[in-house]
Amino acid sequence: MKRAVVTVIGKDRPGIIAGVSKTLAEKQANILDVSQTLMDTIFTMSMLIDVTEIDAQFDDLQNSLKQTGDALGVSVHIQREEIFNSISQI
Amino acid sequence: MDIKKINETIQMISEEHFDIRTVTMGLSLLDCIGANGQQTAEKVYKKIIDKAGRLVATAQQLERDFGVPIVNKRISVTPISLLAGNSDYEGLLAIAHSLDRAAADVGVDFIGGYSALIQKGTTPSEQMLIESLPEVLSETNLLMSSINVASTKAGINLNAIRKMGETIKEIAEKDPLANAKLVVFANAVEDNPFMAGAFHGVSEDDAVINVGVSGPGVVKRALETVRDQPIDVVAEKIKTTAFKITRIGQLIGTLTAQKLGVPFGIVDLSLAPTPARGDSVAEVLEEIGLEQVGTQGTTAALMLLNDAVKKGGVMASQRVGGLSGAFIPVSEDAGMIDAAVAGTLTISKLEAMTAVCSVGLDMIAIPGDTPAATISAMIADEAAIGVQNNKTTAVRVIPVPGKGVGDEIDFGGLLGRAPIMPVINRSSEKFISRGGHIPAPIHSFKN
Repeated sequence: MKRAVVTVIGKDRPGIIAGVSKTLAEKQANILDVSQTLMDTIFTMSMLIDVTEIDAQFDDLQNSLKQTGDALGVSVHIQREEIFNSISQI
Repeated sequence: MDIKKINETIQMISEEHFDIRTVTMGLSLLDCIGANGQQTAEKVYKKIIDKAGRLVATAQQLERDFGVPIVNKRISVTPISLLAGNSDYEGLLAIAHSLDRAAADVGVDFIGGYSALIQKGTTPSEQMLIESLPEVLSETNLLMSSINVASTKAGINLNAIRKMGETIKEIAEKDPLANAKLVVFANAVEDNPFMAGAFHGVSEDDAVINVGVSGPGVVKRALETVRDQPIDVVAEKIKTTAFKITRIGQLIGTLTAQKLGVPFGIVDLSLAPTPARGDSVAEVLEEIGLEQVGTQGTTAALMLLNDAVKKGGVMASQRVGGLSGAFIPVSEDAGMIDAAVAGTLTISKLEAMTAVCSVGLDMIAIPGDTPAATISAMIADEAAIGVQNNKTTAVRVIPVPGKGVGDEIDFGGLLGRAPIMPVINRSSEKFISRGGHIPAPIHSFKN
């Protein structure tokens, strides 16, 4: 399975989770795990998603998520999972 | 996956200026030697386009996939003097221009390897290559050159050093910025991804991907968490941080190599600064506890930094090579520039620092009226440090015609800006004009 990590950081407001999830659903990216917390008034969320089916459209997904983030006023990043494993696991 | 780890990684990349400094494709051009220089030039162009055509696109895709910026995409090639044995001067120029054009056409930032290894002696083609440097470096944009003039095994070629001092002056008259594209080495390594000194040694594969990591900003931030703690805690912190940085280098390098279908070479474990604030080796040294880099204690702090970076990185990577350590170019490092302007950092101190770190007197601007023999003597001093201590050293100085101490020169981009630093104005002429060869040190006789 090919997986990626989506991170969302920004000022809290209604509709962030809905907006990001909707974009992921539209692009056929399956959400495997979500962790979300509010640090003071800053919204932070990390999602682990499955991108096996849409590996070739990774760029497309990246762009859509960026647009969603811009519309919601939060910053959204998506990076392939390997980089996190590579840093923190031997 | 642990959320803390995710945040740590994202912070390293987005806030602490972590980046991959360079992905470099090393290419052997030995199979491109034609019947004459013009033929060689054509074959060289074709091979570079064939092998490195997808390098930039592949690296850009990986930047997007992992969110890690790759600052430079580069090519290094077989030392060109080895291809020019049957070329005339015009043919050699054709090869130089063909390299420059190929680099522009595949979209890399630099191409290195307009080089000659003359630590022991000089062949006619090597002589010709050195003669061509003023013309070639002022007429090309992306081509970088390195000349190796000394090694622990062969000693120091003082004839070559004298010639290089004169050549650097000659280049300065044509185009002062062109000297930023020329480095004079002792003990040059064959798998170095850093410019201007990168070339693809004859013991390497046909094509290979080498990676150079950066990240002084990440190290500085890590050290901020251990303020006022004993120095061994500092060393440990640098080690663990270097480990993480190197892991990313290893990942990006392996994937680039895989996607291009060539072997992965080495990770060069280096802390290399960029002119951006917060991405400075000088600031790391200051975080260790120096009021300003260049003051007493700088050499010790740098030794600790350099060593800890290597120790941390060695385990994180499958193959380590290149120069590995901390780079201390003056013009490319905001903290070094400040210290040089303030007069805290002098060429003498920089020379001492080069005894314990990677490379040497790097990107230093000096007065335009500095005599060639003085530049040669600077090269000889650095070569002596390298040869005697079994390490790589180098000189990349930029005499700026018409400018003196107090003035400044701006190179633009990644090369930064540099204040003109004072040089001692007593002559070294008689020493340098002796010529000849300084014999290899006694510890070179190990077999």
